[in-house]
Amino acid sequence: MSRYIIRRTLIAIPTLIAISFVIFIILDLAPNDPTGSLPLTVPGDVREAIREALGLNDPFFFRWLKWMRQMFINEPLNFIESVFNISIGAGEDRVRIVSWSSRSPVVDTIIQRIPQTLWVLGTAFILGVIIAVPVGVISAYKQYSAFDNIGTFVTMVGYSVPTFFTGLLAIIIFSVWLGWFPSFYDTTLEVNSWETFVQQVKQMIMPVAVLALFNAAALSRFTRSSMLDNLNEDYVRTARSKGISENRVLTRHVLRNSLIPVVTLIALQIPGIFAGAIITEQIFRVNGLGQLLIISIQGGDVPMVQTLTFIFAVLIVFFNLIADVTYGLLDPRIRYD
Amino acid sequence: MKTTKWLALFGALALVLAACSPSDDDATATTADGSTTETTADAGTPDTTEAPDSGMSAGEGGLVTIFQWQAPSIVNPFLSGGTKDLLASSLVLEPLAEYDPSGQLVPALAAEIPTVANGGVSEDLTQLTWTLKDGVVWSDGSPFTADDVVFTYEYCTQTTSCTQSSFFDGITSVVADDATHVTITFDAPTPFPYNAFTTYQSSILHKTQFEGCVGDELAPTCTEENTNPHGTGPFVVDEFLVNDTVTYVMNPNYRGIADGYPFFGSALIKGGGDATDTLRSVLELDEGDYSWNAQVTPEVVAQMEAAGFGTVQAGFASLVERIMVNQTDPNPDLGDQRSEPGNPHPFLTDPAVWQALSMAIDRQALVDVGYGPSGRPTCNIWPGAPYASPNNDACLTQDIAGANALLEEAGYVDSDGDGIREDPDTGDPLFLLYQTSTNTTRQLNQDLIKANWAEIGIDVELRNIDSGVFFGGDQASPDTYQAFYADVEMYANESGSPDPQNYMSGLGTTGQIVSPANNFGGSNIARFDSAEFDALAAELATTGDLDKRIELVIAMNDLIVQNGAMIPLIYRGSASGLGVDIAGVGDINGWDSEFWNIEIWTRTG
Amino acid sequence: MATAQKTVEQEHGELDAVGARHRTLWSDVWRQFRRHKGAVVGLVLLIVILLGSYLGPFVYPHDPFAIDISVANLGPSLEHPMGTDNIGRDVMARVLVGGRISLSVGITAMLIGVSVGTAVGILAGFFGRLDGILMRGTDMFLALPILPLLLVIIMLFRDSLREIFGPELGIFLLVVFIIGLTSWMQTARVVRGDVLALKEQEFVLAARSVGTRKSKIMMRHIFPNVLSPVMVAAALGMAIAIITESALSFLGLGFPSDFPTWGRLLFDAKDFIQLAPMRVVWPGLLISLTVISVNFIGDGLRDALDPKLRSKG
Repeated sequence: MSRYIIRRTLIAIPTLIAISFVIFIILDLAPNDPTGSLPLTVPGDVREAIREALGLNDPFFFRWLKWMRQMFINEPLNFIESVFNISIGAGEDRVRIVSWSSRSPVVDTIIQRIPQTLWVLGTAFILGVIIAVPVGVISAYKQYSAFDNIGTFVTMVGYSVPTFFTGLLAIIIFSVWLGWFPSFYDTTLEVNSWETFVQQVKQMIMPVAVLALFNAAALSRFTRSSMLDNLNEDYVRTARSKGISENRVLTRHVLRNSLIPVVTLIALQIPGIFAGAIITEQIFRVNGLGQLLIISIQGGDVPMVQTLTFIFAVLIVFFNLIADVTYGLLDPRIRYD
Repeated sequence: MKTTKWLALFGALALVLAACSPSDDDATATTADGSTTETTADAGTPDTTEAPDSGMSAGEGGLVTIFQWQAPSIVNPFLSGGTKDLLASSLVLEPLAEYDPSGQLVPALAAEIPTVANGGVSEDLTQLTWTLKDGVVWSDGSPFTADDVVFTYEYCTQTTSCTQSSFFDGITSVVADDATHVTITFDAPTPFPYNAFTTYQSSILHKTQFEGCVGDELAPTCTEENTNPHGTGPFVVDEFLVNDTVTYVMNPNYRGIADGYPFFGSALIKGGGDATDTLRSVLELDEGDYSWNAQVTPEVVAQMEAAGFGTVQAGFASLVERIMVNQTDPNPDLGDQRSEPGNPHPFLTDPAVWQALSMAIDRQALVDVGYGPSGRPTCNIWPGAPYASPNNDACLTQDIAGANALLEEAGYVDSDGDGIREDPDTGDPLFLLYQTSTNTTRQLNQDLIKANWAEIGIDVELRNIDSGVFFGGDQASPDTYQAFYADVEMYANESGSPDPQNYMSGLGTTGQIVSPANNFGGSNIARFDSAEFDALAAELATTGDLDKRIELVIAMNDLIVQNGAMIPLIYRGSASGLGVDIAGVGDINGWDSEFWNIEIWTRTG
Repeated sequence: MATAQKTVEQEHGELDAVGARHRTLWSDVWRQFRRHKGAVVGLVLLIVILLGSYLGPFVYPHDPFAIDISVANLGPSLEHPMGTDNIGRDVMARVLVGGRISLSVGITAMLIGVSVGTAVGILAGFFGRLDGILMRGTDMFLALPILPLLLVIIMLFRDSLREIFGPELGIFLLVVFIIGLTSWMQTARVVRGDVLALKEQEFVLAARSVGTRKSKIMMRHIFPNVLSPVMVAAALGMAIAIITESALSFLGLGFPSDFPTWGRLLFDAKDFIQLAPMRVVWPGLLISLTVISVNFIGDGLRDALDPKLRSKG
């Protein structure tokens, strides 16, 4: 197993480098322009000077290697320095990846956005898991019963209706008509009292509900089908004929086996916390990482898009590995070597 | 939530406030003559040191919430990426003088506007001396002096990525005579010398703070300075979340505090969402006080206003949505020679054609569908007083029959019965590639105009290009509005200042024709070529007398519009949503920062 | 003796005459499918939507592109069953035409994704040497953050394809290829897993020992047996493709503005959600119904193709 992990990690490194190269090429070739949103009164030669100053006209490989160095060496060093309060080398001279639109370091901006991303998307994810697994298990156990049929219908709807549609409807119904919840997310709200906590919950409810419904629907379908696969296995019939109580059959045998692929699916969905809700973030003005990505793409801010997409890629590769390792640990039939 | 709390607390004071609200009348100087070289200083508000005591104490108004759906990314106007950043900086930084909504220059950090009459401008129009206000301090307590003004000039001119460097064109030197006097010397007589250090695009930076940030290498590294600059304005930055929110608190060293300004003790600019969402927050849900850039269709605005929490108001400056008519041939077969002078367009140079195109457009429908009260149909490139020409208003009425007749007479007939006229010289059907930026309202306008032109037998293909690319000015890109690889294109442009000289000259002089000769850097997008226009522009550059200048500008406008280079469509105002309980805003300012007078804003009961 | 033979013949004859005893794989699948009520409803619904979208515009009198401001913002009426939009275009006509485009995108993108995925999966599972490379390639595609690259690629190639193929066909090809090329990975993984298991089964070993060529084994033995996860993946893929296309249109990046797709209609109508909520509901409802029915069909297929479930019936 440890050899497997090491091997996968070693393969992941060239994969990531290749991915960064592909992302860089595509972004580089894209015809967007960071001077596009300047007022028209800014003349062309000034725009050209700005593009020059941003480094747009440097040769391609040079720019990629510069970014690689900043991403893999400079940024982690800065991170270590700030976390442990130590000084490694000439900290101030280290060139950081700087956003073209805000002229401030990309990593700082990303870190600024993590709180609201985790609050809203993380909560939606956890809520989704909490709802999905029991629903899926019970649906499978009582297949074709009323619970299953209703559950199937609700999850199908939750899975099929696009989140931007439900988001829009939610705002109109709950903010405009009923006036229960605010229509936007206030990132400056500090939770330090009961009132502010209530306020935080109120501004979180709609985006979390919309996202949790979608997450729960997908996961519960999967849980249900995994349970069904196992409920029809021969060993279940054997266990029942041996006289084991239904409860034990379920908890000791079926559940444990069914949840293995579910756990791996959950691990695979974790990267989606960070990038998975772009449109919902726009609609509710949550200003998380997804919204940052869209703004940067539309504004032609290549360093930001590059760094963000690369971070997402790293998360995906990392959690793929975790999912596979977990699967290997939990399922004795799987042997990696 | 927050609003009701403050309303409850200050219910009693509301009566007193209503009785002695700050001098709104002075705040909205409505002198229409917009005198330029002879501006007087007493149009002056919000010059708060001369405004009467507001009767309140500064900061008691609490929080003012502004929604800016394009969120600010930086608070340094010289590295800004667009109006969104300039607005964020205008709460903190101030220029020497700013424009009020009617286009009049009013002093901010200057004591008065220098003119030839008061000796501030030299007789030969090559030197200008600003007298600075006394006793102004920066937000960190240090005094504001002429050195800061000189430093601002050096900062922008020594940093090639400074986005406002065109404000300092034509200047040979900026010198501090003493602590309160700055002299600017120009390389040629300049009738309108007020570009540098005016408007929110050219605010003054604090020398001691920004000293280590000059030049392309260092400027972007000064993140702390760029996001929290020392300012002389009513607020300072408290917290800055990039592309998200900016929170401000009252500047403790602001010069108006003794008189009770600013009323609001803190401010919040919240970004994200789109124009409709943010407008809804203010007008229907009362979640905020101001919604910037409310580009929302009129019937939706009307429905939102019905809730009674706010209204949309528009400030008109010089923004005109127009169709540029390519006088050169954009045919791809010409390869590199596409859209270059020397290859005239097969039929768009014919007066009959572009006149018919203009006559066929129903401008009122465009306004009704897309702009409502924040747009007016127009036939002039400069529709604002006093430079508006009275000679072109016939185009305001749509005349399909007349357009058809015009084309028939000129020989463009539909010989094969397919509904499209043919060019008599080449036999090709009249086909136009019509491009614009990606924007819902623009696409709606395109659909309408395409239908209009179909009625006069012209075939149109619509195309829209991402705004970042269309307006980006990248010389390598075939999709910019300067490259103009299309027959007609639509967008809006405006002048950087209420003085039309630079703007109008740029639109039509041959030297500004976009071509490889000037690296595609000119502003004569339509490739308009007229010796008469060039002569008028040259004369304007040396004329100081206001009436004569008005005459010249009107003549230039008529020349362009009556010779087919541009078809003006809509005079657009800057539309913003405003809560009903906010007073003191006056007219929306289309010439300068919409927050130019935020220190005198108050919240009424 | 003769009597016994005749009895046997009679027996055989009886059996043949009845004939209903013949059971093929697909009739079994159909029977099991029919038992899943949701799947049947989904199938009916999908057929109705398909017919309505593809045939409807021929029958319906209004032109989806005709602008007429004098009839703008009308509510539902006999003349305009779904009302008109803010420049007077008939909403129902646009919804029908929009259906054509959205469904075509969904089906074509799904076909591309499933074909590529199945091909990669079969090759990877069957040929051990290709397995490593193909799976690393799949991993790399899986690790690419799809949405950002989708957005960027669309901005990048939108105009060049437009030049060659014309505005509508150009963007159609672009969207379809992008969605297809970013959704094949799951199918490939699943198919590969199944192929790996199938490869060790006796009938494949038998075929190999007889000397059957590898390509024939793949086509004749492996491929039909992986059809079941492929079909399920196809159903899911179509659902995802339709949602992705509407999401792209919602972000303003899809088809040109004068081209109605359901996502675009939603995008155009979202500002008017309070003035005319039905204009948002119609396209949203249709997207949802189409995706729900496709998902139900996929569910039913999964149940029907599972041999353990079938054998119970």
